Formats: sequence, structure tokens, C-alpha cells
Amino acid sequence: MKRLPYAPRALWRFFLSLPLSGRIGLVISLLWIFIALFGSMLAPYGMEDVSNASAFGPPSSAYWLGTDYLGRDLFTRILVGARYSIGLALAAALLASICGTLLALLATVIGHWFDEIVSRLVDALLITPSKIFALLMIAIYGSSLPVLILTAAVTYMPGAYRIAHAQAVGLNAMEYVMVARMRGESIWHIASREILPNMIHPMMADFGLRFVYIILMLSGLSFLGLGVQPPYADWGSLVRENLSGLFDGSPAVVMPALAIATLTIGTNLLIDSLTSRKRIKIKEGQS
Amino acid sequence: MSRLVVDVSNLRVMARTDDGDEVPIVKDVSFSVQAGEVLALIGESGSGKTTIALALLGYVRRGCRIAGGRISVGGKELVSADPRELLALRGRRVAYVAQSASASFNPARTIMDQVIEGACVHGLTDREAARKKAMALFRSLALPMPETIGMRYPHQVSGGQLQRLMAAMALMTDPEVVVFDEPTTALDVTTQIEVLRAFKQAIKERQISAVYVSHDLAVVAQMADRVVVLRNGEMQEQDEISRIIGQPENPYTRCLMQAAEARVRLTDADARQTMDSEPVLRVEGLTAGYGKPDASGVPALRILDDVNLVVRKGATMGVIGESGSGKSTLAYVIAGLLAPAKGKISFHGKPLGGTLQQRDKDLYRRIQLVFQNADTVLNPSNTIGDILARPLRVFARCQPRDVPRRVAELLDMVKLPAAMARRRPAELSGGQKQRINLARALAADPELIICDEVTSALDTVVGAAILDLLVELRRELNMSYVFISHDISTVRSICDEITVLLQGRKVDACLRSELSVQPRAPYTNLLIDSVPELRLGWLEEACRRIDERAR
Repeated sequence: MKRLPYAPRALWRFFLSLPLSGRIGLVISLLWIFIALFGSMLAPYGMEDVSNASAFGPPSSAYWLGTDYLGRDLFTRILVGARYSIGLALAAALLASICGTLLALLATVIGHWFDEIVSRLVDALLITPSKIFALLMIAIYGSSLPVLILTAAVTYMPGAYRIAHAQAVGLNAMEYVMVARMRGESIWHIASREILPNMIHPMMADFGLRFVYIILMLSGLSFLGLGVQPPYADWGSLVRENLSGLFDGSPAVVMPALAIATLTIGTNLLIDSLTSRKRIKIKEGQS
Repeated sequence: MSRLVVDVSNLRVMARTDDGDEVPIVKDVSFSVQAGEVLALIGESGSGKTTIALALLGYVRRGCRIAGGRISVGGKELVSADPRELLALRGRRVAYVAQSASASFNPARTIMDQVIEGACVHGLTDREAARKKAMALFRSLALPMPETIGMRYPHQVSGGQLQRLMAAMALMTDPEVVVFDEPTTALDVTTQIEVLRAFKQAIKERQISAVYVSHDLAVVAQMADRVVVLRNGEMQEQDEISRIIGQPENPYTRCLMQAAEARVRLTDADARQTMDSEPVLRVEGLTAGYGKPDASGVPALRILDDVNLVVRKGATMGVIGESGSGKSTLAYVIAGLLAPAKGKISFHGKPLGGTLQQRDKDLYRRIQLVFQNADTVLNPSNTIGDILARPLRVFARCQPRDVPRRVAELLDMVKLPAAMARRRPAELSGGQKQRINLARALAADPELIICDEVTSALDTVVGAAILDLLVELRRELNMSYVFISHDISTVRSICDEITVLLQGRKVDACLRSELSVQPRAPYTNLLIDSVPELRLGWLEEACRRIDERAR
């Protein structure tokens, strides 16, 4: 058998190690990521090209998923919209997870009053209603990509902080951390070498979940008209602009909604299988 | 004439590993128990003794299955029995006494409710009759206040009492066989002897047939009539207890017995050498604890109270005490993890700061603490090489390019191959991890090593090797130790001087050789008398001696 280069081989082994639901989730997630990266090249038409067919046209060989309210190819618009839906959410989720993890690490290692202050501030963010916060942000700064990313990241950072904090506090009490302290190690060393490597796995799983929540939140904002502004469109805006087609029985409103659904379900399936696999390992390690 | 209550033949149990392969964990084990007989299953961790014990209840843990053989209890075949038959059998004809009674009782219900539950569920008696029977059992297990103890909740009785209450629960249905799974392993020695005494009495009175699982030969010698010695799921030897103790045939049994022997590892020359050496560590009037200090500076929860001790260069100071005696707190205070409330600690004549902030890097290096639990003390994401190299770098113990060579030397010092440096902690056994734990302390070139229960979590044979290692290092490097333990025989085997702690106070202190010289503090005598010895009839003798002393 021909040996594959390292990265694909590792991916293939990872694929094989997953249960069926996880494999399905992985395939869906990879497919969407691929589309987010190369969607505009694959698209059969330009994003703004108005077709000869009528508005809310049915699926046909020329327009696979039909046309939208202006008669543009819906398939193209979903492929291109993936970049905004996935890209924005990915950026926001990364920001939320990294900030949450780092803050939690610092708070735990420094401890005492610093932990108190940071934790209470994060609690204050946690109780702020997310929709109202988003409305405020957009009302003040207007809707732009950086504002959207920041809004989503700030909304979902407290959750990541809480999870990371619980992990870090548990690890901070481990005896190997105590040994490091008795060696006079710096706070930086304890945080980055002793604690962080042991909390990466749960935080990665948490990152996946956070990504899904942010997709839903941003789609919701776009549906309200507060998200990505025309002429660009993410999946949430596609649902919104084609809403009137619902009464004509057009698939134009269902297709972007389906895209959102498959992405979130796929990611969830993948993460679920990852965490349960992890759980089995931990249990066996203890016994 | 006598009836077989348990008959196990060619039992094989398979377990599924992480990779999905099946490996045998019990291989072709056969034994039988006659009515009124106590059979012991003895072996170290991983020998399959608990798996066999659970199989007697027709139960296997998740991921395991009975692959072959027969198990019959009271004439009933278990391997082919369906779940409903097993349900009727468990807790009625076979009963189980688990290792941790405190984890086995439901904290939200009274003890009596839980003790009689089994008998009531099986529909054997009504509640009132069950209650009366339970009280009779409490009495025969020598529990205090047998009439009212059932009204308490599990947290209101001591660990030793809870273990006896669990035995009472098992005996409620008059089972044909009782399975005791390490019932005294989690207890202090002075509690263990009470529990053993009560068990033995009850077994004799009620003619109970039992399977007694333990890793401790000395305990088994008191309880069992016959012994099955297990290793890695295979039967090594099976015979009457007197024969096994008297003339063990199997090399593994002999090895077990050697490790259990309270061998003194120090020679008189060692003792003489350190007798007049200068003191390394001096602790005076030490009081420490947790919580808010009051006006006089004494913390709300006082753990240590006015403790004094002196450790000499090249000598080993043994600190012995049972759970709650404050011995680990003493280790933390010396290591600088907990500031003392009162008292002085000096190291080489210079006063030692109470917290880590008040000490400098050189002091961190010179005093090393080795923790008990090797599983939580090595960072799972680092390799062994990294773990050992870190103190070498931090304390600048050698040139950076010499670090790999020094790591190999350290591994050699604790008798591990140099190739181990590439592995991660999860790939090592408990004994190997404890050696790495020790090697990390040695990497700092310390002058004083505080060993906090370093052999407690290990099997006897592995623990004995660690003790040998400590003595060897002391001779080679002239190392001073504070050796903290709950086990007087390990303390006796490697320490020059011994300090006895009871509830945070020092109740006795002496040289090792004076330990058996009277008069000693009553608690010291109780401790010494309570350690099981590997001979028949020790339990009766010890109980008699303790009773006499109490009078």
C-alpha cells in the first residue's frame, strides 16, 4: 500500500478512531471549512449576478438550489456566505476561548485579590443579556466585521473563562504544581508549563461548542438585520432577505437555514464523540 | 462430611483494553471453600483478587467478561445464571463487604435503614424482626451502644465502626458465603485490630464461610484457614495457612513473605556514625494550623501543637502517627508551604523563614519534599527526562550540555534504565513513578529530604525496594531524612530516631533501639502492639496484651 504523507495519514487515523456519529460530524465540518476557504472559486456565478430566471425560481440544472428574491443563484450565495458565517464565528470563538483561558490561568496562578476582581468582572459580563449588549454595541459603533467579532467574543468569553477557571483551579492544587512552587518557579512557568498543557484538551472541546453558539448568535443578528450588511451576506442575512419567499413555497429561505443546521449539528456530533472518547480514557486511567 | 459452599474451577476472566484487544486478567483459577471455612485470596495490585471476589457474586466489572470455567455457590451455578437469578442470589446467599465503607453507605439515610434494607428487599423478615436481628449483630461485632447506633447517620460513626456496620449489613440475610474485599486496608492500625477482632469473633460465633481478599499476609494469617496466592491472575500456590507461613514452596510466596518481614535495614555502624553528627534541622515549639488566627496568634484549626524535633546530618528521623495526627502538616511547615503560627525552625543553625517567599532559591534546593502520591506528583504532559532536567536547570546543578548525562545518572541512581527518560508518567508503574519522584528530589542535590508516606500507596514488594534505595542513598550521599509514615514497621526499618505524634502533639520520642524498652508512652505501645505480625495466633495475643495494658 502506498504510504500517505504524515498529515493526511494522521487525519485518516483520527477519522477511523471516531464512532460513526463522529465520522459524520467530521466530514460535514471539513466540507464546510473547505467551502468557507474556496467557496467563491467554486461558485458557478458571481455573487451579485442576476440571472435570467425569475425571482424565487425553483431548483434547476442551471440553478441547483433555485434563485433568491432578486433572481440570483442561491447556491452561489450560500457558498460565498459560508466565508462570513464560518469565518466570523471562528474568529470570535478563537478570541473568546483564548482570552477566557488566559484570564482564567492568570487569575488562578496569581490568586487572592486578583482572582476575586477578575472573576467578579467576568460575572458582571455573564449576567449582561447578550442580545441587548449586541444591540448596544451595534447602535454605538455601527455594524462592521470587527464590531461583530468583538461583540460575539465578549458575549461568549465569560463561559470559556468559567470552564477554564474550574480546570485551572483543579490543576493548580495538583502536587506537581506544588513541587514547582517549592522549586521557586515563576508564575509564568507554572501557568504555561505545568497547568496549561493539561487543560488544552477540555478547552478545545469547549471551543467547538462555543463556535456553534456564536454561529447561531451571528445568524440571529443577521436575521434581525444587525449583522453582515449588503452587498455581503452571511447565512443569517440570506434567511432574512428571502423570508417573503416562504409564502410562495420557495426553497430560498430553507436552504441557508439548512446550511446553518448542518454546520451546527455536524460540529456538535464531532465534539460529542471527542469528549466521550476522552471521558472513557480518563476513567480507565484512574482505575 | 463437610459441605462445599463455594466451588470455582478453571475460572477465566477477560478484560478489554484501550485498543480493543482482549487480555486475560484471571487465568485458570480453581479453589473451593467448605462450610465454616475462611479462604484468603492474596496478591498484589493487578493480581486479579478483587475480580475473582466479584465473580463470586456473579458480577464482572465493565469491559470484563467471564470467558470460561464454573463458579458454584451453595450448589447454584453462577456463570450460566440469568440476571434475575443473580439478583435473588446477591445480598442473600452471597454478601459483599467492600474496602471503603464510608463510600458504600448512603450519607442521607440512617445506618439502620441501610443495614436491614437487604433482608427486607429479599422479603425474608418484616422490619421489626430485622431491626432486632441487626442489634444482635451489632452486639456480636462489638459495636458500642448496639441499641441506638442504628439511629445515627454514617458520618456520625468512626471509620472502623462503619466497616463493622457494613459487615453487619452483609450478615443480615445469613448468607452462605461472605466476601470481604480488603476490609481493613483503609483503616489505621489501631482501628484495624479492633475490626479484625470483631470479624474473627463473629466468624467463629456464627460459623460463617468467607472469602477474604487482602494484600497483607500478616492480616490473612490471623483470619484465614486456607490461602490462595495470586499473581498476575494466575494461581501460585494454595494450601493451609500454617503450611504457607511455615514453609512456603513457591518463590513468589517467599518473596511476598520476605517483603512483609519487618527487616531492620540499618546497621549499628550506621547508627553510631550519625549519633553525634551536627544537627541539620531543629524544630522547636512548633504550632501550626489552618484558618484565621485568634488574638494570641493560634489558628482556628490547630493541627500541630508544640512539636520539637532534631534531625542530624546523615540520620533519618521517623515521624509516626495515624490519620489526623498532623504528620503531613509537619512536612508542609518544614518545606515552607504552610507558615508556622508559633515556634522556631532552624536549618544548619540559621532560622528558617516560614513561607516560601521568606526563603531563597538555595534553601528551596537544600530542602526537598517527596509527596506520597506518585500519580499526582508528576506532570502527565512532560516526559521523565523533562521532569528530571528541570531542577537541574533551575538550581544550576550542572552545565547545560551535561543535563542529559546527569539525567541518566539520576535514573541509574534509582535503578531505572536511561531509556526511561523518553517516556511519560502514564506509561510507568506506581513503583517506577515513586522512584522518579525520588530522583527529582535528588536532582537538586538536597541536604534534607522529607518523605511523606512514600511507600504507603505501593505494594509490599515494591515498597521494600524503595526503602532499600533510601538507605543506600543515605550511605552514599550522607543524606538526612525526615521519614513520615503511619506504619511503625517501615519506620523501624530505616530510622535512627522516632517521634510519635498523636492529634498534633508529640507524645513520645526515642532512638530506634529503645522502642521496645519500657516505660514507653501508652500510645506508642498501642501502635507497636497493633501492627500485625506474620504468625498464627498473633491477633489473640495482641488483643490480650492491649487489654492488659488498658487495665
